[in-house]
Amino acid sequence: MFANMMNWIDARFPASKMWREHLSEYYAPKNFNFWYFFGSLALFLLVLQIVTGIFLTMNYKPDADMAFASVEYIMRDVQWGWLIRYLHSTGASAFFIVIYLHMFRGLMYGSYKQPRELVWIFGMLIYVALMAEAFMGYLLPWGQMSYWGAQVIISLFGAVPFVGESLALWIRGDFVVADATLNRFFALHVIAIPLVLVALVVMHIIALHEVGSNNPDGVEIKKYKDENGKPLDGIPFHPYYTVKDIVGLTVFLFLFSLVVFYMPEGGGWFLEDANFVPADPLKTPEHIVPVWYFTPFYAILRAIPSVAGSSFPGVAAMGLAIVMLFLLPWLDRSPVRSVRYRGPYFRTALAIFVVTFVMLGFLGTQPATPTYTVMSQVFTILYFAFFILMPFYTKYDKDKPVPDRVTDQ
Amino acid sequence: MKHIVFTFLLSFGWLLSGQAVAAPSGVKLDSAHINLRDQASLQRGAQTFVNYCMGCHAASFMRYSRMAKDLGLSEDIVRQNLMFVTDTIGDTMTISMRAEDAQKWFGVTPPDLSVIARSRSVDWLYTYLRTYYLDDSTVMGTNNLAFSNVAMPHVLWEQQGYKAIDADGNLVSATQGNLSSREYDLMVRDLVNFLAYVSEPSKLQRLDLGKWVLLYLFIFFLVAYPLKRAYWKDVH
Repeated sequence: MFANMMNWIDARFPASKMWREHLSEYYAPKNFNFWYFFGSLALFLLVLQIVTGIFLTMNYKPDADMAFASVEYIMRDVQWGWLIRYLHSTGASAFFIVIYLHMFRGLMYGSYKQPRELVWIFGMLIYVALMAEAFMGYLLPWGQMSYWGAQVIISLFGAVPFVGESLALWIRGDFVVADATLNRFFALHVIAIPLVLVALVVMHIIALHEVGSNNPDGVEIKKYKDENGKPLDGIPFHPYYTVKDIVGLTVFLFLFSLVVFYMPEGGGWFLEDANFVPADPLKTPEHIVPVWYFTPFYAILRAIPSVAGSSFPGVAAMGLAIVMLFLLPWLDRSPVRSVRYRGPYFRTALAIFVVTFVMLGFLGTQPATPTYTVMSQVFTILYFAFFILMPFYTKYDKDKPVPDRVTDQ
Repeated sequence: MKHIVFTFLLSFGWLLSGQAVAAPSGVKLDSAHINLRDQASLQRGAQTFVNYCMGCHAASFMRYSRMAKDLGLSEDIVRQNLMFVTDTIGDTMTISMRAEDAQKWFGVTPPDLSVIARSRSVDWLYTYLRTYYLDDSTVMGTNNLAFSNVAMPHVLWEQQGYKAIDADGNLVSATQGNLSSREYDLMVRDLVNFLAYVSEPSKLQRLDLGKWVLLYLFIFFLVAYPLKRAYWKDVH
């Protein structure tokens, strides 16, 4: 009965073929470690954000006079509204934690290197889209930090020479962040960018399944196949990695629930105190801080001094900081992928880069005191040095011999 | 394993560090030690709020009916003792003063207090309501250690009495209030407890549900992990 039905479908839609190609006969290296949980977790969070987002839009009002109150209405009068809202707000920060760890995994094991350049590029486009999605979503509660954060970030576009002011005006739809801005950010946040995100995620996965997954050893499992043409070091994604990812998801959900149920404000990092004050265009908060996941780039922005009264150099540096990540596949000249077999130069550079990124993130949350500004400048230089010097230190590094097959390490 | 530990430090260090909560003026905050499960305290706080705060401040996201239910009060008791502006139990705790008038009379619109405990923190509120002092340089004749040049007068002066600042910058009693210092602290604690409740009425439900969710996930893990082990037996 079921077989007949599947035959009927398969004659019209490649359901079984897709199941085989992407799950039951997609051969993934058998040596995935802890770092390989974050891809499936990111996919889970995308679905969670979309589902909770749909329920939030049922009661949220994208109107400057009603937005703040409608969020509190969701928190109080909507059945389970508080839970849906906290899942969505915690989900946003968790998404960035997971994505940053996912990207770091790629960096460690050289997953961006040939032939996976497009997997990395699609991934970076997802990251940029996710930043736009998060930025626009953060305006919607219409609290003080929503409002002034958006005001500051949009005014950055005003620093672009010649067209800047018109550009900022075009984005806002008004001379300051106002009802028009809120309404269009709502449209972009709930429809436009999610569509782009889903499309990019599909392309990210199709590109990955075309070239096959990398692994902690950075060796190509397709080199050694058995008589049936199956990689010796590969195992079918389903059931092996589906059952493994369920374990990873369970542990993740445990930590995630600890935040949702016991510290939904995340110590003021996930929901900022100042965002419980309704937006007031006439009252600037003392200390405007972007949400934590933007602060490394915000620190770079503030580290670059204005030139001739224009903050454009800082804005350009911030943009360049993201562009650099796109260029990784071509900046890295080492024949070795995984950090396990890289020489001391790359290992040192990667360690410094991790410290740099975390420190920039911290500095972006602090007031720009003279000491902190100097520190931001030093770390900004280190951030760019990691990329600009990469062609040299990776080329002349003393890499170790890479094994033929994956190891049990 | 080292990697795993490192990652968690990296990702959750953000949480644990927390954002420093200090008043802008830099005054040291006293701990309010509130207890949301103390219904008697919440009821006393509600009484103080309605009698002293709601002349000027609304809590316009809070419904009387919800408050009655959560504070263990009957609707009749709420109607008779806590509702002065409306007869409808499903109404929210709004006030009759219009924002434009308030602006004209006080120079500033008294903020809605629905979520004040989340924007200011309970410790700040507890400190603020206890650190008014006499200051001739202000319009109201009073100033505040936690909120300098605050527009609000010392509404609870009859209870606390007035304080003054001595040469060392310490608060000292200037006039005697109806309550002892200890009694006044308790009154403020009850009020702050009520404000904390109003800022997130679902909080107790959240805390109580959390335990069961975590327990469920723990039990699910006890199934999921052996399942993974069983499938992976033949992978070498």
